Amino acid sequence: MPAKTILTGVHFMNGDEAIAEGAIAAGCRFFAAYPITPQSEIAERLAWRLPQIGGMFIQMEDEIAAIAAVLGASWGGMKAMTATSGPGFSLMMENLGLAVMTETPCVIVDVQRGAPSTGLPTLVAQGDMMQARWGSHGHYEIIALCPASPQEAFDLTVKAFALAERFRVPVLLMTDEVVGHMYERVEIPPEVPVAPRRRPRVPPEEFLPFQPDPDLVPPMACAGEGYRVHVTGLTHDERGYPDMTPEAHDRLVRRLVDKIRLFPEEYTFYEEVQLADAEIAVVSYGISARVSLGGIELARKAGIKAGLFRLITAWPFPDEAIHKLAQRVKGIVVVELNLGQMSREVERAVRGLVPVHGVFHAGGRIHTPEEVFQGIEEVYRRCR
Amino acid sequence: MPVRAARAAPEFVPRVRHPLERWLRTDRLPHIWCSGCGLGTALSAFLYALDELGWDPDTVAVVSGIGCAGRVAGYLRLDTYHTTHGRAIPFATGLKLAKPDLHVIVFSGDGDLFAIGGNHFIHAARRNMDIAVICVNNFNYGMTGGQLGPTTPVGARTTTSPFGNFEHPFNLVHLAASAGATYVARCTTLDGRRLQKALVEALSHKGFTFVEILAPCPTNYGRRNRLGEGLDELRYYREHMVIKHGADPKEADIAPGKPFLVGKFVDIQKPTYLELYQAKAREIGGEG
Ligand SMILES: Cc1ncc(C[n+]2csc(CCOP(=O)(O)OP(=O)(O)O)c2C)c(N)n1
Ligand code: SF4
Ligand SMILES: [Mg+2]
Repeated sequence: MPAKTILTGVHFMNGDEAIAEGAIAAGCRFFAAYPITPQSEIAERLAWRLPQIGGMFIQMEDEIAAIAAVLGASWGGMKAMTATSGPGFSLMMENLGLAVMTETPCVIVDVQRGAPSTGLPTLVAQGDMMQARWGSHGHYEIIALCPASPQEAFDLTVKAFALAERFRVPVLLMTDEVVGHMYERVEIPPEVPVAPRRRPRVPPEEFLPFQPDPDLVPPMACAGEGYRVHVTGLTHDERGYPDMTPEAHDRLVRRLVDKIRLFPEEYTFYEEVQLADAEIAVVSYGISARVSLGGIELARKAGIKAGLFRLITAWPFPDEAIHKLAQRVKGIVVVELNLGQMSREVERAVRGLVPVHGVFHAGGRIHTPEEVFQGIEEVYRRCR
Repeated sequence: MPVRAARAAPEFVPRVRHPLERWLRTDRLPHIWCSGCGLGTALSAFLYALDELGWDPDTVAVVSGIGCAGRVAGYLRLDTYHTTHGRAIPFATGLKLAKPDLHVIVFSGDGDLFAIGGNHFIHAARRNMDIAVICVNNFNYGMTGGQLGPTTPVGARTTTSPFGNFEHPFNLVHLAASAGATYVARCTTLDGRRLQKALVEALSHKGFTFVEILAPCPTNYGRRNRLGEGLDELRYYREHMVIKHGADPKEADIAPGKPFLVGKFVDIQKPTYLELYQAKAREIGGEG
């Protein structure tokens, strides 16, 4: 029996496997990676699946090579993905910048684990959130999504491929060890729309490869299509030719940032739980958001009206939604598995309207509902 | 050394195009390279090779890393990718696997391919990835001002070996052969025709192929090592190179003042990564 491309139906799988299946469903046929815990299940699943469905899997010699191969495959016209964890994510940073600069659509998964350095290879953390935003050198804008369940890992992987094509940008799937290894029900729909690549609409003689459409994203001509494009990480003009002037640089960097910043409604996703009457909002993401629900339940039992604002999009940060949230509640608690990363963004967006309190842990385990509850109580006391 | 009378420059004929121009982004010329640099010769030999092969330009993609040699990609009227320092080979790997009908060629420098990118080189060779790698070896980092590189000969002065290099250098053809390359040759920019032939062979050979082009960098390497102008370095090649096909690549070390080997060292056939991948996919009943 030929292998099925989309595994339509209900499955019991972990977050890593769901990411692999989400990629396949989204049309990804190229995966390059280097093994690392807790990402290996993604690579192993794709090593098994891709050769059966006409896709390419290659285990590269390191993560630098893995992301470089993904960029090459994307210019070869394929939807391409790599996956890693902290140490490998660090190695990918230079070519992440190349992907931004050359507007190469691709998806990069980081299954976060305890860090810095080798840290806690098998245990959860969320310490790479700022690296996702600013890890490569220079000023840029990027999209990062945070799933909180295997089902969402599947759904957001599909979404990540669509956003990568829409904005011609690398999209980061910032998950964590617990979501990666957690087994749950995952429902795969009969069909998943495959996001098209924006193609040139003029013949090669008239085509300027980095001349943007009105939404600031240029159409993309891939290798072998007759457009003979020069693609460089150097600052370049609309022809793709190096231009070493401050004017060209400012123009290019601004466009790369604005093409994303100007369209927040297309990538800003969040979930609100029990916020309608809430006095205290817990802002969290990934596995920490799920744990926070337990803390919110304890708070409600103790008579504190608390609710959850779950960030699904971490980057670009939903400034406006958080600012509005601050206008509705009396205090905010940020729960995350680092010592304060997204909390800084929350504080910035809140602009001093209400107290913001962090419930932090460096990782190795998830929070307990009691810890979240204590955080809620603390803010509740402060804002009365 | 006797100074020979310079040959008269060919007459400039306006509006007559050089037959190789069709391979070049002429709107990007003049190039950035110094006069006397070997990169121009290496590039033109490459263009002659492409012309000889007669491939449809839309089936050829060139990937470069960073460096003076890495600028080659930008002058070619082809699908060209100027990537990050050292990463041309893994980028080319992804490109080739995504689009197997393309001829994928990596054109870069000694530092790019063998210092920062050395790991990628040996693994692509080991896998027999179907790409051609052309390395312009000028024995130093030209682009960044003439620093020590992995091929800098013992004793040579560079800006970061001001007292003379004491590191053991790589013998690139030996390295390529040991790592599994199926075609390995070394030429100099003195010998345009032989270089063209080696490039034609490497480009048309299935599997991972490697051509090392020894080339002068008069601005940085030549000047600090009192090798004179670019032309003087070519004279040095003429006096010291020994053309020998089928030689043991182990014997191909390069040391200042000593004879060195050029020629074809390896020319074998073995299945490529993609062939093996596709065979495996068919074996398991995939669409391959
Ligand atoms: C990660 C990184 N490190 C360092 C550099 C600076 N750099 C640019 S070119 C180069 C060396 C190039 O040497 P080679 O490949 O021999 O090329 P050549 O200029 O000699 O042709 C270096 C170190 C860089 N661009 N990126
Ligand atoms: S610095 Fe050396 S390698 Fe670079 S262009 Fe000048 S002569 Fe050539
Ligand atoms: Mg060099």
